[in-house]
Amino acid sequence: MTRASVILCLAAILGGAALVAAGNASGLVPTYVVSLIGKYLCFAILALAVDLVWGFAGILSLGHAAFFALGGYAMGMYLMRQIGTRGVYGNPVLPDFMVFLNYKALPWTWYGFDNPLFAILMALAVPGVLAWVFGWFAFRSRVSGVYLSIITQAMTYALLLAFFRNDMGFGGNNGLTDFKDIFGYPLQSDGVRRGLFIASAVVLAGALIVARSVVTSRFGKVLIAMRDAESRTRFLGYRPERYKLFVFVLSAVMAGIGGALYVPQVGIINPSEFAPGNSIEAVIWVAVGGRGTLVGAILGAILVNAGKTYLTGAMPEIWLFALGALFIGVTLLLPHGIVGLFGKREARKS
Amino acid sequence: MSTETILYLDGVSVSFDGFKALNVLSLVLQKGEMRAVIGPNGAGKTTMMDVITGKTRPDEGKVIFGNNTDLTALDEPSIAALGIGRKFQKPTVFEPHTVWDNFMLSLSGDRRPRFTLWARETPGERERIEALLETTKLVEHRHRRAGDLSHGQKQWLEIGMLLAQEPALLLVDEPVAGMTDAETEQTAILLREINKTRSVVVVEHDMHFVRALDVKVTVLHEGGVLSEGTIDHVSSDPRVVEVYLGR
Repeated sequence: MTRASVILCLAAILGGAALVAAGNASGLVPTYVVSLIGKYLCFAILALAVDLVWGFAGILSLGHAAFFALGGYAMGMYLMRQIGTRGVYGNPVLPDFMVFLNYKALPWTWYGFDNPLFAILMALAVPGVLAWVFGWFAFRSRVSGVYLSIITQAMTYALLLAFFRNDMGFGGNNGLTDFKDIFGYPLQSDGVRRGLFIASAVVLAGALIVARSVVTSRFGKVLIAMRDAESRTRFLGYRPERYKLFVFVLSAVMAGIGGALYVPQVGIINPSEFAPGNSIEAVIWVAVGGRGTLVGAILGAILVNAGKTYLTGAMPEIWLFALGALFIGVTLLLPHGIVGLFGKREARKS
Repeated sequence: MSTETILYLDGVSVSFDGFKALNVLSLVLQKGEMRAVIGPNGAGKTTMMDVITGKTRPDEGKVIFGNNTDLTALDEPSIAALGIGRKFQKPTVFEPHTVWDNFMLSLSGDRRPRFTLWARETPGERERIEALLETTKLVEHRHRRAGDLSHGQKQWLEIGMLLAQEPALLLVDEPVAGMTDAETEQTAILLREINKTRSVVVVEHDMHFVRALDVKVTVLHEGGVLSEGTIDHVSSDPRVVEVYLGR
C-alpha cells in the first residue's frame, strides 16, 4: 500500500469514472452499464470497510453487509417518501405497503425521512450506532477471532429475520422499491444515473483517502501492532478495545454510505441484503484483491463482481462453485491476493 | 510500610482449576533494587508476573505498588501507565513495524486513540528514539522490520521498548533464553545499567546469568517463597538443593 499505488488507484477510479460518464453523455456507453459499474463501486466501498477492520485490526467481520444494508434502508425510506401521491394507492404520506397493511399513520421510525439530509445522516448514524453498541460489548469482553466472526454472522442474520417481518414497518419480504425521484429529479433519467455513478466514484476515492490516512497514522500503527501482538500493546498501556471500537464504527459508517449510494442505483432494498452470504462474499472480495492493502479490496470487489455479472448471465448454475473455487484458489495460491503479485508487500506478514 | 518499598506482594494466592499456582506468596522489593527470581518449572514465576501486571486477578492477597496503590483492582493498561513494564519470555515485538516504529509506539505518552490519530513525530521523540537505538545497539537496524531481526536483537528491542515506557519497575521474564554467551553477558551489563535508575525483577533459569547479575535471589517453589538471599546463600540452602539445583 505504497503512496504511489494509492495515487494510481485514485487516478484510476476518478479518471475511469469521468471516462464512463463522458461516454454515457455522448451515447457510447449505455446507462444500464453506468449503473452496473456504479453498483460495483458501492461494493468496493463495502470492501474497503471490511479491509479496514479485517486487514488492519484483525477483526474478521462476517456481518458487514448488515451495515451496508442499513445505510441502504435509510436511503430507501427517503426514496419511498419521495414517491408521494404517485403510489398505486395515491396516499400522500403512507407508502403503498403500509396502505396495503392497513397502517393508519406513519410509524415513528419513518419520521424525518422525507428530508434528504436527515436520511443521509441516518444512513451514517444507524450503522455507526449499531457498530458502537455491538463493538462496545464485544471488544470490552475481549471477544475475538472465530467467536467474534460468529457473533457478527448472528447479528446480520437477526437483522435479516427482523426486516422480514411486516410489523417492523420496513416493507417486510418485498422491501422498498418503485422509487420515482431523488432530490426532486427523476431517478430513471440518464443525468441522475450519471450523477449517482460519479458520486459513488468520488465517495469511494474519499473513503480510500480516509482509510489510508487512518492506517498510516500512529493510530494505524497501533492497530497493526494490536492485530499481531495484542497483549504487548496492553502491557505498553494501550487499550485495544478503544482502538478496535473506533475503527469498527468508522468502517460501519463507511459501509453505510456504500449502501446509501447502492440503493438508488439498483432501485430496490429488501431483507435479502442482510443474508449472511453477502457479508462472506465481501470478505472474499478483500481476500481476492489482497487483505490489508486497501487498494486490493477495491480491485477485488470490482473484479469479482464483474465476474459474477458475467457468470450469472452466461452460466448461472456455475457461479457459486466459481466463487467457492476462487476463495480456495486464492487462499492456497495467492495468500496476499492479486495485489500481492505486484512489487513488495508491506506490513502484511503476521 | 516504609516509603522505600516499590512492590509488596502480601499473601497472594491464585488457583487454576484447583491447582495452586501461587500459594500465599509474599515478596518485598525495595526501590532501586534488582531481584532475581528463580525456581523450577511450575513454581509460579510467570503467574507472579501475571498478577503484578494485571493479567491475572489473585483469589486472595494484595499487591501494593509504591506507597498505597493496590494493583489487584487494575487492568493491564492502567498498571502499565503507573510505570510497570513487562518483558515476555518469548520476545514479543511488533514484527511488521520497523525497529524505529517499535520504539515510537512504546515511548511514554498519550495512549488514547484521539491522540494517536493526529500525532506527529516530534523532535523530542526522535531524540529519545535515537538514544534507545544507541542503548540497545540497534542503530544500524533502525529501518529494518522487527520481524527480520535475530532472536537476540528482538530480545534487546523488547527491553528497549520497555525502557521507552520509562517505567519505575521492570519485570523481565527469561531475558537470556536462547541467547549466545556474548549476548548473555551484554544483557547482564544492560540490565545493571537499567537498574541504576529503575527497580528490576528478573525471572531466569540460567544460573550463570543470575550469578553474573550478583543480586538478591528469591527461590520460588510450589507457589511460595522457598528461600531468599544471596546466590551463595540460596545455593547452599539444602531445601533449594533438593527441589531445584540438586536435580
